Amino acid sequence: MRAVITVIGKDTVGILANVAGVCAENGANVVEVTQSILQDLFAMIMIVEITNITVPFTDLVDKLTCLGESQNLKIHVMHEDIFNSMHRI
Amino acid sequence: MINSHDILETINMIDNENLDVRTITMGISLLDCIDENIDKACNKIYDKICRYARDLVPTGEAISKEYGISIINKRISVTPIAMIAAACQTQKIVKFALALDKAANELGVNFIGGYSALVQKGFSAGDYALIESIPEALSITDHVCSSVNIGSTKAGINMDAVAMMGKIIKKTAELTSDRDCIGAAKLVVFCNAPEDNPFMAGAFHGTGEGDCVINVGVSGPGVVRSTLTKYPNSDISEIAEIIKKTAFKITRTGQLVAQEASRRLGVPFGIVDLSLAPTPAVGDSVAHILEEMGLETCGCHGTTAALALLNDAVKKGGTMASSHVGGLSGAFIPVTEDAGMIDAARSGVLTLTKLEAMTAVCSVGLDMIVIPGDVSEAVISGIIADEAAIGMINTKTTAVRLIPAIGKKAGEELNFGGLLGGGPVMAVTKGDPSKFISRGGRLPAPIQSLKN
Repeated sequence: MRAVITVIGKDTVGILANVAGVCAENGANVVEVTQSILQDLFAMIMIVEITNITVPFTDLVDKLTCLGESQNLKIHVMHEDIFNSMHRI
Repeated sequence: MINSHDILETINMIDNENLDVRTITMGISLLDCIDENIDKACNKIYDKICRYARDLVPTGEAISKEYGISIINKRISVTPIAMIAAACQTQKIVKFALALDKAANELGVNFIGGYSALVQKGFSAGDYALIESIPEALSITDHVCSSVNIGSTKAGINMDAVAMMGKIIKKTAELTSDRDCIGAAKLVVFCNAPEDNPFMAGAFHGTGEGDCVINVGVSGPGVVRSTLTKYPNSDISEIAEIIKKTAFKITRTGQLVAQEASRRLGVPFGIVDLSLAPTPAVGDSVAHILEEMGLETCGCHGTTAALALLNDAVKKGGTMASSHVGGLSGAFIPVTEDAGMIDAARSGVLTLTKLEAMTAVCSVGLDMIVIPGDVSEAVISGIIADEAAIGMINTKTTAVRLIPAIGKKAGEELNFGGLLGGGPVMAVTKGDPSKFISRGGRLPAPIQSLKN
């Protein structure tokens, strides 16, 4: 099972490290990262493996949402099935 | 691999275009709760609903969080209570409404539907008593919704029930006149009522359904409109294609949520209702989709054609996205629940007569329309009869949910708040149908061939 984490907000030092840190603490393995910076807007899409996470998935969602709020970033964490079902036949 | 364009498109739909799953509705059969002692029957009903739906709200919330999509409502529909009341119809029927309301409060669902009777051909034991009790039931409960099916293509229209419902709607509004007549907003009169509809106020659990089932209603008018804004010069064939593709994506979300809810609750999946259900929120309006197609105001000439296109394209796109489709499926046009409809009604362009024409090509009927409080019971019955005739002849579901604004005249407003919204009191056509309505009897079922 995989989840998709998207982070959008003003670019600051350590965004990637902070998000990856929360993933590591909870046993979510980062599989793929794409990021871009347009002017000073940071946008990152991270795919993580959540099969072996050490907390319930909803707790990981809470932790990352909390991180987003504290850093003034918009962080979405969603199970990959929603993207698969919407965009694949 | 999922590409980043698809990911960002989905997130944009949820964040900026109000994509949500409108409701997960658990249908529960109450046939095994029948008892000739009404208090015993009520206890059985309360216990069964609480036992079956105990995890409905927490499960809905967990799915919502994991998939990152709002599931706005968690609801319950039950067997039409008139059938349960048949065994104890001489007692105080309204106790059933109180039992349902208590269960809804206990479980945290926002509506429970099924305080209903199916009388398209005639009244059986329990039907008459239940219908008589509707005004009181809706005035003393907060979450109970009621519906009455008064006609069908196979049975014709029960004109005695039509006459009765004119009186019941008026009385329901009067009993809740201190609360913007909200009782009438929880009462629907149907022709060809579907047995698996997850949407309120018309949801009930049909007798052909299983013991317990999960039905899901999707939404997403904001997504359709916003997609159309990207194609300002496309011709109508292209518009239909765009709507189909968008409806497909919206419905896939509903299908995913339905399957997941069904799996986690251990309850069979019933249907996905492919509906574009508006809310009063900005950017969540069906009227605005029609205006995006090129109408100056919803209700002007061309509206019926635009709505026919929208309704058909939603069904075509949605059908392939779900394994089982049912309920009301199509575009909803509830006036007070749609920001664009409210504006169009205020401006006087959208009228009751135009709405009636629109209901011939869309999924429901005259929905959430506020009419003057002094409109007679016979006129309300006349509106019901007209709407039921459209449904009966066209083999489709039609419904009437009118709110007589007691003490108010055309141009004034009612405000219910929340999803039910609010809107202007709309004028009705002059003239008195009371002789026609008072005749009673049955309007015969229509011929099914010689279609012209």
